[in-house]
Amino acid sequence: MGEYAHPEAIVSTDWVSQRLGEANVRIVEVDVDTRAWREGHLPGAITWDWQTQLCDTVRRDILPKEDFARLMSRSGIANDTTVILYGDNNNWFAAWAFWQLRLYGHPDARLMNGGRRKWLSEGRELTVDVVPVTPADYHPQCADFENRAFLPEVLAAVRMNSGSLVDVREPEEFSGEILAPPGLNETCQRGGHIPGARNIPWEAVCNPDGTFRSADELRALYAAHGIDGSATAICYCRIGERSSHTWFVLKYLLGFPKVKNYDGSWTEWGNLIGAPIELGPAQWEQGQ
Amino acid sequence: MRVEGFTERNLQLAGWEIVLTTYRLGDLYHCKADNAAPGATLARTSAPSKEEAEEKAIRRAEELLLRTKRRSASKP
Repeated sequence: MGEYAHPEAIVSTDWVSQRLGEANVRIVEVDVDTRAWREGHLPGAITWDWQTQLCDTVRRDILPKEDFARLMSRSGIANDTTVILYGDNNNWFAAWAFWQLRLYGHPDARLMNGGRRKWLSEGRELTVDVVPVTPADYHPQCADFENRAFLPEVLAAVRMNSGSLVDVREPEEFSGEILAPPGLNETCQRGGHIPGARNIPWEAVCNPDGTFRSADELRALYAAHGIDGSATAICYCRIGERSSHTWFVLKYLLGFPKVKNYDGSWTEWGNLIGAPIELGPAQWEQGQ
Repeated sequence: MRVEGFTERNLQLAGWEIVLTTYRLGDLYHCKADNAAPGATLARTSAPSKEEAEEKAIRRAEELLLRTKRRSASKP
């Protein structure tokens, strides 16, 4: 993993298996399907529910600072704790949790490469035991929004044709053929994509076993779509978790200096009155 | 407990490709059905036998997939 820009941000399943139970390491499972942890989880792992614990439960927003501090404290995480995140779907919501930990300045967060699926496929140990957690003192920093894009910034990027919008949804979502991934609830009024966006589905960055592809492969993948780190990359999907996975790749594996996750994503843009929308395949790609 | 018999297989269901993942943990078989792309989980089931766990997951996934509408991706 040494070829990545920030190899310290990911760890292997082997690495994790050798550190189960270490005092200053907290393993946290964050799943799309929150029932997965109850089925069985890594020994000592706790879980966070993205629907109730990693967001503001009243307005649509990330976890407020005070709630973030409370979550860390209740999870036995101090400011100097190494937090290992893993989850289903090759770490979709583990990456979402990683992104919030970075927004609030937690210094040592890491993703387990390949996530829950790799651990299972390797026939490793799972447990249904719940470990007791001793609360810790936690003092978050003020949220640093260098890594987060809000609507006005995306509107400006479209208007001025600046920045690089990376839509990580599937081609059928991107084109407008479907409003949500097959089988999920439709949560927006319009289909399509933000004008000028490139379509690079999230899974293009993964090997068949769910681990990340090599830095060279990733660099070539994005370069083929004109994403090379020279402009601010703004990633989006439907609700912001798949795009946090791509944000992680661009920021930590490729080391691009300016990468933002637009967590409003399509459920914000596709519900806006008057927002410009393109249908069909990417016009940028067709012009190449 | 160690994970045993981890398998993944793709199949077509209601016009969509899904991935069925099954494994055994202790006395139970666990199964989940994801849409193949992007990979979101549609159903998660547990049962004493692999066949029963998979059958329940497939049935639930199919119910959900049948609700997905395809639209025109161009301006009418």
